[in-house]
Amino acid sequence: MSLWTRIANVLRSDRLNRELDEEFESHIADAIAEGRDPAEARRAFGSPLRQREASRQHRVAGWLDGLRADLIFGWRQLKRNKVTSAAAILSLALAMGACVSAFRLIDALLLRPLPIASPERLYGFARHSFDSHDKPTAWDGWAYPDFALMRAAAKPDADLIAASYTDRTDLTYATDEEMEKGYVQYVSGWMFDDLGLKPTLGRLLTEADDRTPGAHPYAVISYDYWKRRFARDPNVIGHTLRLGDQLFEIVGVGPDSFTGVEPGIVTEIFLPTMMHRWVIRPDADWHRTLAVVSPGATIEPLRAKLEAVSRNFDAERLKGEKGLTPKARDSFVNYRLSIDPATSGVSVMQEDYRRALLWIALLVGLVLLIACANVANLMTALAAARGREMALRVSIGAGRLRLVQMVLVESAMLALAAALLGSIFAWWSAPWVVRLISTPDNPARLILPADWRVFGFGVVLVIGVMLLFGLAPALRASTVKPASALKGGEDPQSRRRWMQAMIAAQVAFCFLVVFVSGLFVTTFHRLSNRPIGFDANRLLLLETVAPHGQPPAAWSQMADTLRAMPGVESVAEAGWPLLSTGAWNGSIAINGGPPSVDWGYFLTISPGWLDTMKMRLIAGRDFRSSDAFPTTAIVNETFVKLFFHGVNPVGRTFEKAEGNGTRTPCLVVGVVADAPYRYVREPILPVAFVPYRELDDKGVVQPEYSGTFLVRAKDSNPMAMAQEMRRKVAQARISFRVSNIQTQQELLDAQTVRERLLAMLGVFFAAVALLLAGIGLYGVLNYSVLQRRREIGIRMALGARRGRVARLVTAEVLRTVAVGCIAGWALGIGSTRYIESLLYQVKAGEPEMLAVPPIAILVVVLSATAPAVSRALRIDPAEILRSE
Amino acid sequence: MKKPDTLQGSLDLLVLKILSRRPGLHGYAIMTAIKDASGEVLSAEEGSLYPALHRMEEAGWIGAEWVTKENGRRARTYRLTTAGKSRLSAEETRWHAVSSAINRVLLEA
Repeated sequence: MSLWTRIANVLRSDRLNRELDEEFESHIADAIAEGRDPAEARRAFGSPLRQREASRQHRVAGWLDGLRADLIFGWRQLKRNKVTSAAAILSLALAMGACVSAFRLIDALLLRPLPIASPERLYGFARHSFDSHDKPTAWDGWAYPDFALMRAAAKPDADLIAASYTDRTDLTYATDEEMEKGYVQYVSGWMFDDLGLKPTLGRLLTEADDRTPGAHPYAVISYDYWKRRFARDPNVIGHTLRLGDQLFEIVGVGPDSFTGVEPGIVTEIFLPTMMHRWVIRPDADWHRTLAVVSPGATIEPLRAKLEAVSRNFDAERLKGEKGLTPKARDSFVNYRLSIDPATSGVSVMQEDYRRALLWIALLVGLVLLIACANVANLMTALAAARGREMALRVSIGAGRLRLVQMVLVESAMLALAAALLGSIFAWWSAPWVVRLISTPDNPARLILPADWRVFGFGVVLVIGVMLLFGLAPALRASTVKPASALKGGEDPQSRRRWMQAMIAAQVAFCFLVVFVSGLFVTTFHRLSNRPIGFDANRLLLLETVAPHGQPPAAWSQMADTLRAMPGVESVAEAGWPLLSTGAWNGSIAINGGPPSVDWGYFLTISPGWLDTMKMRLIAGRDFRSSDAFPTTAIVNETFVKLFFHGVNPVGRTFEKAEGNGTRTPCLVVGVVADAPYRYVREPILPVAFVPYRELDDKGVVQPEYSGTFLVRAKDSNPMAMAQEMRRKVAQARISFRVSNIQTQQELLDAQTVRERLLAMLGVFFAAVALLLAGIGLYGVLNYSVLQRRREIGIRMALGARRGRVARLVTAEVLRTVAVGCIAGWALGIGSTRYIESLLYQVKAGEPEMLAVPPIAILVVVLSATAPAVSRALRIDPAEILRSE
Repeated sequence: MKKPDTLQGSLDLLVLKILSRRPGLHGYAIMTAIKDASGEVLSAEEGSLYPALHRMEEAGWIGAEWVTKENGRRARTYRLTTAGKSRLSAEETRWHAVSSAINRVLLEA
C-alpha cells in the first residue's frame, strides 16, 4: 500500500509538489494571521525547497523518482543531439536486428529441441571411414535388414527408429487427374510412441503397423499439412492417397507442433517403413537411424555393440561380392560408428548451413561490435561536451553511482529504441533469408516462432549492448574531477586515446568483415561463371510420369508432339535432368577385369539430347533411334581419362558391373565434352550416357514410368510456355502426366543458393561495416579537431603550413587505421582454416583477396577524414586568438 | 525499517496524542497545540514537523484531508487512523517505560 502510493506519487510529481507548497503556504499564512512578522515567520519556517525535498523523501520512492528524472533528462539529451542519436539508434538497430535474425535462424535450424517428450534422449547414427583417395567420409544411410539386427541388439538400452530421407514426391488424392507434390517420409511405426507424440485426430502409426513388408497401407499426415491441404477437415480420416502404384489410407493427424525430425523440411506424410520398396534389400542405404536411449543407459558400450553388429552385417553381405579390391572392402566394412545427440533433429540442411550460418553470425556479431564502438565513441564525445555539467553535478553532491546510473539510463534508452527498430528488422529478415535459400523444387521451411527463446536472446542482447557501449563512458563520466573540469583542463589525451583504441578495433573488425565477404563473393562469382559444358538458357524441363508404364516409342511420339508446338526449337528426353542431384552409379570393368573402386555414373538419354543440351561431341556419333541399353554408350572426357587412360575409346567396350556379379556390356559410340552431372561444386564425374530405350535380359523393350522432356524454347522466357505444355501433354495421351516443370537455369541456380546467400549477406554486411566505420572515424576526427582548435589556430598563427596542419589532424588516426588493418589482416589469415569448406576455388592467401579490404578501408578513411581536414584548414587564427 | 530514535519517537508521540484528542488539526495548529499543551516548554520545529507528518501519513498512522478554511485558503488537516491509535498506545507504553527507567537512574544517582 505504502510502496504503491509512493510509486504512484512518482508519476504525479508535479501535483505532489503543488500540494506540499500549498500546505507550507497555508502554514505561513496561519503564522502571519496570528500576528507574527511575515519575514520572521518565513525565516522560522526555513527553506520551503528543503522542506519539500525532506517531505518528498517520505512520500516518493526515491530510486524511482531518480530514474524518472534520468529518463526525462536522457530523452532531452537525445532530442538535443537529434542527428547523432538517430545515427546511433539506426546503426544499432540494424546490427541488433541482424543479430536477432541470425539467432532465430540458428536456433530454428540447429539449437531448438524437437517438440517431443525427451529430446535430450534422441540420438543420431553415422558411419565414418575413408574413401578411395584416403579422405575421411561420413554417411548416415542404412539398409533396413542391418537396422533390424541393430535394433534387436540395442534393447533394452535404446529403441532404434528408422526414418527415410524425406522426399518430395508425386502423389494424388481421388483421381489421377490432379497430381501434386508432398513431403513423404517412411518411419518406423513405433517412432510416434517412442517420441511420446499424441494424435490430434484418429490414431498414429504403431509397432503393429510396421511388421510385414508391403502389408500396412496406412498414412499419418502432419498437423501443418492437415491445416494447409485439408483446411482442418475432420473427415480426412479414411481418405486414400496414391503414391506410384500404392494406395494408402489416412488413419490420423499428428500433433500440432511436430513437423518431423528434419529441421528445414516440414514432413507432410508419414508412412510405415515396411511400405518402402527397398525394405528387404540388404544393399540399399535409404534411411537414417535414430535412437531413443533409455534413461540411465550409457552410450559408449551401446555404440561398441552396435558397431560390431553393423560391421558384421556388412562383412556377411560382401562375402559374395567378387572382385572388390581389399581397400574398398576395408572401407565398406571397417568403419567407425558414431552416436551423436540429435536433440534438435538431423537434416541435410543442418549439415549444409551449419558453417555458413555460423559465419553469418560472426559477421553480424562483428558489425554489432563496430556499431557499439561507434556509439561508445559518440557517447564519449558527448560526455566530453558535458564535462562541465558532470563536474557541476559532482560538486553539488551527486554520487558517483548516481552519475553512472544517469549515463546508463541514456544508453539504455538508445539500446531500447534500437531494439524496437531492430526487432521489426528481424521480424522481416529471418523469413526473407529462408525464402532466399528456398528453391522452386525444394522449398525450405523453417519453423521460426517468436517465443520466449527469441525474446530472452533479445533482452540479453539489449543489456549486453548497453553495457558494451554505455558502461565505459558512464564510468569515465563518474570519475570526473570537479576542480579540473570546471577549470576546463581535464586531461583530453586519455579520452582521445580511448577513442583511438575504439577506432583501431573498428577498423580491424571491418577489415575482417570485408575480407571474409570478399572470399564469399569471389566464390559465388567463380562458381556461377564456371564452364558447365552445356547451355542452360531457354531450357524447360518437363518431369513427366506414365503411372502404368509406356514404351519408349510412345515417349518419343510425345516428344514429337511437343516439338510441333510454336516457339519450340528442339525437344529431347532423358531419365532426369543434369544437376537435379539424381544419380545412378555402378562399377566399371574394362577388358573383363575387376570392377573399379571408383564409380561410373549413368544417365539415359534420347537421340538428339546432346544437341538440345548443346553439348559438344568430341569423337564418334550421337545415338540413333535403333540404339538401346545395353550395348551402346556415349562417355564423357573424364570417363575416358579414368577408365580408358585417355585413349580414344570409340569402338571399344566396357562393362557395368553389378553388385550381384552380373555385367552389362556397353559399346562406346561417342565421346562428349565434360559437364557437371550431379553438383556444380564437385569435380567432374566419369559419366556414361546410355540410350533411354532399355532392353531386359531377353532383349524385350522395357516400358518407362518416368522421364524428363527437355524443351529448348526460342523465347528467352521458357516458363511462359509451361502451362500450355502441361495441357498439351495431358491432351495428347491420357496416360502421361507432367508432374513438375522447371528450367535448367533454376536447377543451376539452386546449386549455388548457399553461395549466393553468403555473397549477398557478405556484401551487405561489408557495406554496413564500412559505412559505420566511416561514420565513427568522421565523428572522432571532428571531435579531435574541435578539441584542438586552439592549438591549430596558434600553430597557424605561428606560420604552420596547410600540409603540416592536415598531417597534424590525420597522422594519429592514420596510424590507428594502419594498426587496425594489421590486426584485421592477422585475424583474417587466422580464420581462413575454418572457412575453406565454404569456398570454391578461392584461396584466402590470394593477393587480390588481401588487397581489397585495405583499399576499401582506405577509400572510407579518405572520405571520412576530408571534412575534418577541411574544417581544420578553415580555422581562422585571428578569431581563435581573439577568443582566448 | 529503522527503529525510530527516542527524540523522533517523542515528536511522533506528541503529534499522535494531540491528534487523538483533537482530530482534524492542520500543521500549524498541531505546532501551536504542542506549544500550548506543554506550557511553552516544548516546541515542534517546522523543519521536523512536516517531514514527520508526511512520514506518518505514508506509514498509515494518520490520514490527511484538504479542507477549505473560512479565509478561503485550503488547509491540510490530519486525523488518527486505526493503525495510528494502536501505534499511539505502543508509543505511550514505550515512553512510560523509558521515562520511568530514566527516573530510576536519576533517583539512584
